[in-house]
Amino acid sequence: MVKVFKMVLMRNKLLTYLDELKAKGLDPEREARLRAELETVNNGHGLPSDEPLNDDLAGFSRSIYSFGDLFVLGQAVSPQYSASGLMKSLDELLERDRQREQDGFPRKIQVGRLAKPGRGGKGKVVVVPTTVEEKLFHDSTIKPPDDDSVSGGTGEGEPGEVFGEQPVREEGEQAGTGPGQGEGEKHEMESSAYELGRTLTEKFQLPNLKEKGKKRSFTRYTYDLTDIHRGFGQILDKKATLRKIMESNIALGNIPDVADIDPTRFLIAPRDKVYRIFSQEKDYEPQAMIFFLRDYSGSMAGQVTDLVVTQHVLIYSWLLYQYGGQVESRFILHDTEAKEVPDFYSYYNSRVAGGTQVSCAYHMVNEIVAKENLANDYNIYVFHGTDGDDWDEGGQLAIPELKQMLTYASRVGVTIAEHGQGGSTEVARYLNSSGLLNDKPELIKMDIMQEDADEPRLIEGIKRLIS
Amino acid sequence: MELINQHTKQIMEGCKERARAAGLRFTDETLEYLVTNRDLLELSPKVMIPTLYDYWVHDVEVLREKGKYELYPNNPYETVINTRPPISFYNDNNPDWLNVMIFYHVLAHIDFFQNNLYFRNTWDYDFTGQALSDKRLIAKLRAEKGHWVDYVIEFARGIDNLVDFHGELSELFTPSEAGYSDRLNFYFDRFLQSVKNVSISDYIKEVNRYNECLKNFGELGEKTFFREAERRYPELETHFTKEEVKHTKPRRDLLRFLLENSEFLDRDENTWMKSILEIVRKTSVFFQPQIRTKILNEGWASYWHENLFLQDDRIKGHEVDFARVHAGVTAMPRVGMNPYALGMRLFTYIEEQADKGRYSFLFQRLADSAARKDFDTGTATGRDFILKARENLCDYLFIKNYLDQDFLDRHKLFVAGKRLDRQRMVWQYYVKSRKADDYRQMVLGSLYHPPTISVDMNKGINGSLYLVHRFEGKQLVQEYVANTLMGIEYLWGGPIYLETSEAQIVPGQALSTKRDEPQQGEIRWQRVVYTMSEKILSKKTL
Repeated sequence: MVKVFKMVLMRNKLLTYLDELKAKGLDPEREARLRAELETVNNGHGLPSDEPLNDDLAGFSRSIYSFGDLFVLGQAVSPQYSASGLMKSLDELLERDRQREQDGFPRKIQVGRLAKPGRGGKGKVVVVPTTVEEKLFHDSTIKPPDDDSVSGGTGEGEPGEVFGEQPVREEGEQAGTGPGQGEGEKHEMESSAYELGRTLTEKFQLPNLKEKGKKRSFTRYTYDLTDIHRGFGQILDKKATLRKIMESNIALGNIPDVADIDPTRFLIAPRDKVYRIFSQEKDYEPQAMIFFLRDYSGSMAGQVTDLVVTQHVLIYSWLLYQYGGQVESRFILHDTEAKEVPDFYSYYNSRVAGGTQVSCAYHMVNEIVAKENLANDYNIYVFHGTDGDDWDEGGQLAIPELKQMLTYASRVGVTIAEHGQGGSTEVARYLNSSGLLNDKPELIKMDIMQEDADEPRLIEGIKRLIS
Repeated sequence: MELINQHTKQIMEGCKERARAAGLRFTDETLEYLVTNRDLLELSPKVMIPTLYDYWVHDVEVLREKGKYELYPNNPYETVINTRPPISFYNDNNPDWLNVMIFYHVLAHIDFFQNNLYFRNTWDYDFTGQALSDKRLIAKLRAEKGHWVDYVIEFARGIDNLVDFHGELSELFTPSEAGYSDRLNFYFDRFLQSVKNVSISDYIKEVNRYNECLKNFGELGEKTFFREAERRYPELETHFTKEEVKHTKPRRDLLRFLLENSEFLDRDENTWMKSILEIVRKTSVFFQPQIRTKILNEGWASYWHENLFLQDDRIKGHEVDFARVHAGVTAMPRVGMNPYALGMRLFTYIEEQADKGRYSFLFQRLADSAARKDFDTGTATGRDFILKARENLCDYLFIKNYLDQDFLDRHKLFVAGKRLDRQRMVWQYYVKSRKADDYRQMVLGSLYHPPTISVDMNKGINGSLYLVHRFEGKQLVQEYVANTLMGIEYLWGGPIYLETSEAQIVPGQALSTKRDEPQQGEIRWQRVVYTMSEKILSKKTL
């Protein structure tokens, strides 16, 4: 009850705000867009439930060709691939892809596009290499607008009668989106985010990394042949061994004349052999704090969210691999209010709804940094993904927050996934007109992509953001 | 993989006897293997054919996103494969009664494979044996040519749905042109009738003259006949050549066309690619009948495992277990389609109707509903009738011919629609129609149907290849066009044109915040031509 009341209150507040905007002059097309977004306020951002869809209705879009005797007759459960087998094949696939490029054909493997982090286990994402075998076949999604999709049905009910309902789950938001979820067959494979990161790592490096906060630094190890050991080990240290042998032989009185040494007469004890062995060396590295910001307003429905989230999965996985423990991540979602969520799962899966106020997220970052005094100890990076829509006309609120952010941040990367309705978006417009992009090209980067961007484009985008 | 034990094999042999007695026909020998999960992992990417050639897309689990069943016209989890002898796969811990049920199911499939005429092309050889030799050939080529083998496989598979399966079948069943030469057909069918407009009596005179020639000159008859005809109509030859060009049969089998006509593949250094194209084509054609008889085949198997199991005296006491499993397989879902359930009910229905003699003119003529209800000639030929149906039909004909209003009403079937309630943001499922026509349309619309793409011999000039997609109300998946055409360009060795239709969305007024819904507005179709040249795709509107 309280929640509903709060929502109504918020809605009213937003309506008032909208009226204010209107008074200041608002073109009708934009107003329509904002109002449409406002309509979604009450939907809430709930995480998708883990329960399967209503079983009765799940069969609606199941093809008759998806039935196979082995499953239907109860003879088999769908087999699962092991993660290690997958990783082996991932390497092979990537190698194959490189070869393709050399041979003059477009790449075919997509990596991680369908990453899906599970709840809890922080470092886990599902890596699925995907490829398609392209053929010419009919596209059944293109049809006259009034044509509802149809399927078979059995049982009672008059024509026109509604017999079942199912909440609309946004594409790109639900747990069921992506790999292996189609038609009840599980193709997904779990693997650690490290592995995805590994495939990306040769491509990126964090920019402007400064030596900060060594006192709290996490250690990372390098391995080298630095330790010395007598008796056994990996590599015989010949010089040291010879010296030891000489010592022993002198002690034994086995060398009568130092001017005339005959090595064949040496007595060699096993303990004289000196070896070098691998050892862990501590390595100090600067530490970093990454803020992931995602716009989850109503206008983000569909492909754009998919893009932003996928890009953030890629960045996140890469960071986990490349910088191991020294990088900490914070996740912030925003519509008209910002909210910090504890893990990547919530970040990745929260549903879109509501209006857009970019400044609140920036404000929250500034607040966190100030309150926890992060600027001294950490290199701070901020990645923000949005569709570029902002109710904040001209960035009056966002730009000042951004300016403050740039005083401490090593890099702010803004990704705008455009809906492709032509013309630049609000966020792009005010970022451009603020001049920040030109004044501080080292600190802030913007990447604009269309909503139909593919994976190579996303990776290209990351390069741009961290270049 | 190991064979089932003697005890289980004995059960299988018992099932065979009973199935034969009931009217099913199949070869004596069958092979039954036990499979573990691990075996399944290896078998399923190879669509249960243990000897299928290796290809990297098989080796890794790859996502088959949209259009899965259009791209892969075969289910990777079949229990029985259409080989000589037929091979079937089982769990090792099935109880005997369940094995009995599955065996009957399998035997009905085997009967179907071996008697349905759409499978005619698979009857004369053993596919696993063929596949094994193909696999070895590809392995050998890979050793010689390296990864280029995989490119050729990839490009060939890109068009392996364009193999003109029905053309292949019709060659098997009908001798071409009933033994008359093209020239003769042209002379009598078109030249005399529409070019010369000869009178009927003259036409008959000409026919008689031909028969005379045949009688008098035997093998040289036709030649003699035409010598005279050419004297009379000196322009005949020119007309004939012109016609021949115009009336060449459309080439819908792109793979075979490339095999026969590609100059690139004819070069000495490239002839090895032809064997790969052959293999890919053969494999595709082998699976074509399977996907075109899904409802029929599964319905047939379900019909028989129900009938035969219930009559089997060996499994008394397991009726309830059976009922549970059987219902799971063949229950009609509230929403969605189940080929087992639909096919089985339709077979039962047809048998009953035929038993009462209702597939007759007498019944069709009857308008009185009470009389229709009680109509029964007592012919009791239902069993024969469904045996004929399994022999001669594919899914399309099965549904089109026999799914009628009575059937729909009896099983309370309807067309379910799904629409978006924008107010409450829910998908609503509703009863859209209970008319047989609509239901048929819905089922037929969901059947596998690759596009018809033929080669236009007249438009391909200067070494290019001109393909025409016959528009059937759906456009091609655009994002796949580029890579597929690139593959064809590689195999052809010259520019490729593809003429097709594409939707132009006329924007509507409704402003939607949701992007992934079907677009608003009307659709206008227009013809476009894609050009693929030097791996670059361009498009222009016609």
